[in-house]
Amino acid sequence: MKFGVVVFPGSCDDVDAQLACARVADVVPLWHADHDLQSVDAVVIPGGFSYGDYLRAGAIARFAPIMTEVIDFARAGGHVMGICNGFQVCCEAGLLPGALLTNTNLRFVCRQVSLELVNPDTAFTRSLDPGARLSIPVKHTTGRYYAPDAELDRLEAAGQVVLRYAPGDNPNGSLRDIAGVINEQGNVFGLMPHPEHAVDPLTGSSDGLGLFGSLRESLSGSSGPVLVGIAKSGWSVAERGGRGGRGGVAEPREPDDGDASATRQRPHPTSDLPYRARPVV
Amino acid sequence: MHARVLVRPKAGILDPQGAAAERALSQLGFAGVSEVRIGRLIELEVVDPATLPEMCERLLANPLIEEYEILHAAS
Repeated sequence: MKFGVVVFPGSCDDVDAQLACARVADVVPLWHADHDLQSVDAVVIPGGFSYGDYLRAGAIARFAPIMTEVIDFARAGGHVMGICNGFQVCCEAGLLPGALLTNTNLRFVCRQVSLELVNPDTAFTRSLDPGARLSIPVKHTTGRYYAPDAELDRLEAAGQVVLRYAPGDNPNGSLRDIAGVINEQGNVFGLMPHPEHAVDPLTGSSDGLGLFGSLRESLSGSSGPVLVGIAKSGWSVAERGGRGGRGGVAEPREPDDGDASATRQRPHPTSDLPYRARPVV
Repeated sequence: MHARVLVRPKAGILDPQGAAAERALSQLGFAGVSEVRIGRLIELEVVDPATLPEMCERLLANPLIEEYEILHAAS
């Protein structure tokens, strides 16, 4: 099982997205200028400011070379998750309905939001508890979901609204508190919150991991749950066996001073994952 | 050939930039200002102006949220 994370010039959440994917699958970066999806089973389009977000967020990235393949992949039923800027790119590319507009308050908003799971029966949410509330951060200036009223009615009736900001927690003025939508075919999912920043209790919430785990589970067919819930605190990887044979595994970091070592005795949670993160400075 | 493309937020779509500018104008003492909307002006040189509508549809505007107007396409 291999996930690919698109890397545009201006992407800034591509590494976190790869680390999140690496919790549940192998992962490779997909360079924007390539025309090669490297036989991945799913594509994640990460957050950031692709091509500077010039003109409109996602408007130019949508025509990047790799997007030809991503769009073909999606049209053929391949699973694509667009996060934040990736959501904007998917909308611009016509893979998802609607558009993202400047936040009503014109401000960059960066905070944890509470999300209602509206549709637990998608490939991206199937391993989450129905009715779950997810705590996941948002960080954007252009996140106000818009679609014409009739389209919003249609999306709601068809179960294509997957996530909503909890009442009173809409950070951007999105119509009907919409935080995440899925296409009619159910294989392209876009959301403004950043599940890749919520995959470890260390950062306050691991509620985002369930979305990656759901996708893995959906693509694995009947091989059983990949993730297990641990109490209410979140998720952890249930099965890590059978994934040997990979080189280049990073060693846990050595503590660089005595005082802080007590907090660093636990190996870094991603230290045994195939993806080698950028050096920590 | 020189051309100008005006891109505007569609009618009915909340334009918080316009609203902010409207409030600022009011604070400056300009009375009777309303319906401030902020769009974008794109200037370009183009050999074949017949291609401008397609440029607008595909890239320069997002037809779902914006309307566009092509100006001065004649030389």
